[in-house]
Amino acid sequence: MNIIIVGLGKVGRALTQQLNESGNNITVVDLDAGKVNDVTDRTDVMGVTGNGLTRTVLEEAGVEEADLLIAVTGSDERNLLCCLLAKRAGEGRCQTIARVRSPQYSEDGAFLRKELGLAMIINPEYAAAAEIARVLRFPSAIKIDTFVKGRIELLKFKLPEDSPLCGMAVREIEPKLHCDVLVCTVERGDEAFIASGDFIFRGRDVISIIAEPKNAFTFFRKINYKALPVHDALIAGGGDITHYLCAMLIKSGIGVTVIEKNPDRADQLSDELSGVTVINADATDQEVLMQEQIDKAGAFVALTNIDEENILLSLFARSVSKGKLVTKINRIDFDHVIERLDLDTVIYPKNITAEIIVRYVRAMKNTIGSNVETLYQLIKGKVEAAEFTICEGSPIIGIPLMDLKFKEGVLVAAIVRNRKVILPRGNDRIEDGDAVVIVSNHLGLHDITDILR
Amino acid sequence: MNFRMTIYVLGILLAFEGVFFGLPALTAGIYGEKQVWLFLALALFCLIGGFLIASRKPKNRNIFARDGFVIVALSWIVMSFFGALPFYISGCIPQFVDALFESVSGFTTTGASILSDLDSMPKSMIMWRSFTHWIGGMGVLVFIMAILPLSGASNMHIMRAESPGPSVSKLVPRVKNTAMLLYIIYIFLTLFEVVLLWCGEMNFFEAVNVSFATAGTGGFSINNAGMAGTSAYSQIVATVFMILFGINFTSYFLLLTGKFREAFNTELRVFLLIIAAAIISISINVHQMFSSLGETVRHVSFTVGSIITTTGFSTADFNLWPAFSKTVLVLLMFIGACAGSTGGGIKVSRFLILGKSMRNQFRTMLHPRQVRKVRLDGRQIESETIRTINAYLFCYILICIVSMLVISLDGFDLTTNFTSVAATLNNIGPGLSRVGPTENFALFSPLSKGMLIFNMLAGRLEIFPMILLISPMTWKK
Repeated sequence: MNIIIVGLGKVGRALTQQLNESGNNITVVDLDAGKVNDVTDRTDVMGVTGNGLTRTVLEEAGVEEADLLIAVTGSDERNLLCCLLAKRAGEGRCQTIARVRSPQYSEDGAFLRKELGLAMIINPEYAAAAEIARVLRFPSAIKIDTFVKGRIELLKFKLPEDSPLCGMAVREIEPKLHCDVLVCTVERGDEAFIASGDFIFRGRDVISIIAEPKNAFTFFRKINYKALPVHDALIAGGGDITHYLCAMLIKSGIGVTVIEKNPDRADQLSDELSGVTVINADATDQEVLMQEQIDKAGAFVALTNIDEENILLSLFARSVSKGKLVTKINRIDFDHVIERLDLDTVIYPKNITAEIIVRYVRAMKNTIGSNVETLYQLIKGKVEAAEFTICEGSPIIGIPLMDLKFKEGVLVAAIVRNRKVILPRGNDRIEDGDAVVIVSNHLGLHDITDILR
Repeated sequence: MNFRMTIYVLGILLAFEGVFFGLPALTAGIYGEKQVWLFLALALFCLIGGFLIASRKPKNRNIFARDGFVIVALSWIVMSFFGALPFYISGCIPQFVDALFESVSGFTTTGASILSDLDSMPKSMIMWRSFTHWIGGMGVLVFIMAILPLSGASNMHIMRAESPGPSVSKLVPRVKNTAMLLYIIYIFLTLFEVVLLWCGEMNFFEAVNVSFATAGTGGFSINNAGMAGTSAYSQIVATVFMILFGINFTSYFLLLTGKFREAFNTELRVFLLIIAAAIISISINVHQMFSSLGETVRHVSFTVGSIITTTGFSTADFNLWPAFSKTVLVLLMFIGACAGSTGGGIKVSRFLILGKSMRNQFRTMLHPRQVRKVRLDGRQIESETIRTINAYLFCYILICIVSMLVISLDGFDLTTNFTSVAATLNNIGPGLSRVGPTENFALFSPLSKGMLIFNMLAGRLEIFPMILLISPMTWKK
């Protein structure tokens, strides 16, 4: 697909890389020649320096042949205008995605999208807040992805050293623990495995499982893994993410305390969000943190604007409390170093945004032969989970799974039939109209038949 | 430095060279020459050797700007070395340094030769010489990139180091597709010329050879008479195609996509203007040497086209022309063709940018606080580009001076020394005086030949890859 990306900020660059890797022809547009050169040096894309709101620049970027334009400049208005122009210039052929992040506009999101004819409006802060809220509702998980409209959850968690699961093989889970869960992937150090029956768990493995929510609770109870939702959360930093997050947490009955340094912003937050305790103080002050009982809080969320500060705050929280930790990291790119720190969940807003858009692009390709509904990167660059809808006439219909010749590293993780979730075993068959979740280390699956040898 | 990746690319390159040897082998087969076994053996050797080296794919395929320069410079050296083997092993050129000179001159599309008698050469050797022009014209690594994904994201570093011109622009988002498009245009233009020449008095073999030499803007002759021995029709066809191959290939792409205004950009217009001005002034200067006006214009435009696009064919011995004409020709040698063409020289666009930045500098002296950017075709030229051009030009002058010093040890006159350096560094071929169009480069000592070999490579790769290859800065940890 031909894609134009306008604006090379954090999200723009993350998008460029991910969309380029999945085989799209990309042209990037930015006012800053230095940024354009930097991106074209690192990735195989075309760069255009100029204002993406002018017709000449859009035409130079090939808007007439483009299938999709993604506007992710720093300004909401500019993004919307850019999308409008692209729509007109491309004679309606070009679909558009705009990033609109201001809370004022976000309430009108659906209206704007419809009236301006955009394919999608994305709000990175809202998306990040939604992800954090999901994690806090189910704090045992490092990351939660949902499939088939939320019916299946894919949970990622780290196995403690003393878990009864250590030393157990994957196939022993069902007879020994009597609960229906399916282990998808295991990360051990830098390696990633698609779990086969003989795989034996070790402490510190990062495991992702698929289960229905209630089964997941049972599973976590049986392996002595604390899995209760948090009751209260302490949030450091009062930016837009905090704004959205507080609203979500209050709705699910979680008590929230926010520490914000700027008095005006603190005022504003306490105005806009009833039921939230807003503390006007510097979150890096240990005394303030102890006063707000960081050691007893069910969860600590570091959302200040400085990445380093967030990491340090979380590390401090870990040293005094056993609660759930969430750390936001905006900018720095040292995933493998950060992973080694004891930080529980790390949220990268730019990646969340990029992932949502990449998922949309995959779905757009649908119409040209693929039938992927949802797509998640389970382990960055190594393992993906994709949801397919099975259409009539697919060659895999009606054959027991054990008789199908799958490629190595492919796992049929779940089948949803008539709103019922089936965790597939060898005797199960895939039927017409099923939604099927495939976990695989073959990246870029386009069709369900791609999983066969 | 990513050494594994460098070795891997060199392996692939070797395998490709093996494939290239197929064409002269075929020629030798058709004409029943005994060199067929030599070319087949070399082809097999390069193919197997290349595959063995490239069979171990490096895990880390990331390359940086530094690796790009080194890979390109080493590739051209390796390619030239293996390209010299047929001449040397077959005994057609007894000295290895001469064989290397011939091979480098071919790949860099210079067309300077050390051979004095071409009529006695086997047809397959003539074909190999011309074919090296064609391969070197657009760049062999660009060719490989059109077919294989070399290193994923960082291909641009290789493309930039191999393509001529101050800055490289892609035609389409992906390097692979860009390279493919360039080669499609290149192949199509070459075929077109073959057909047109074949329609004239040339046979198929001659038409292909001359087309290869024009396409790469090389200029190796196929017999002792050279282009002077061909009909007026062939000379006119060759003139037109030499100029066509001296034009930025991006212009052809823009023409194909219907963007006529963008295609005729400032560089192209100035390039055509320079050609017209040179033809008119030289014609006035030399008209009494030819019998008719038509003949004058034909020979002068052939010579001007041949020199400015750095091809180096000749129909008339311009060494005998008056001083003014010779001076104009030497100036054309330095100007060179358009950026992004197969031609050499300093390139018209560099002169344009330098001229504009010079004018800016004058204005700044008068209005010290003035803020003004250099613009070309309405596009702002970054100061980084201007700085690179300045460094390029200074390096260029330095190399000129050093090589003139080295060559002057042989004791020839100043014109010979100066034009031999100009003709090799700008990838033209013939110079003036002892290296004029009817002479050759055999007279130089091995040391001078070595210097000229370096000049040709430096000229084709636009100085930096060769300088960086031998610079200790590159190899420091």
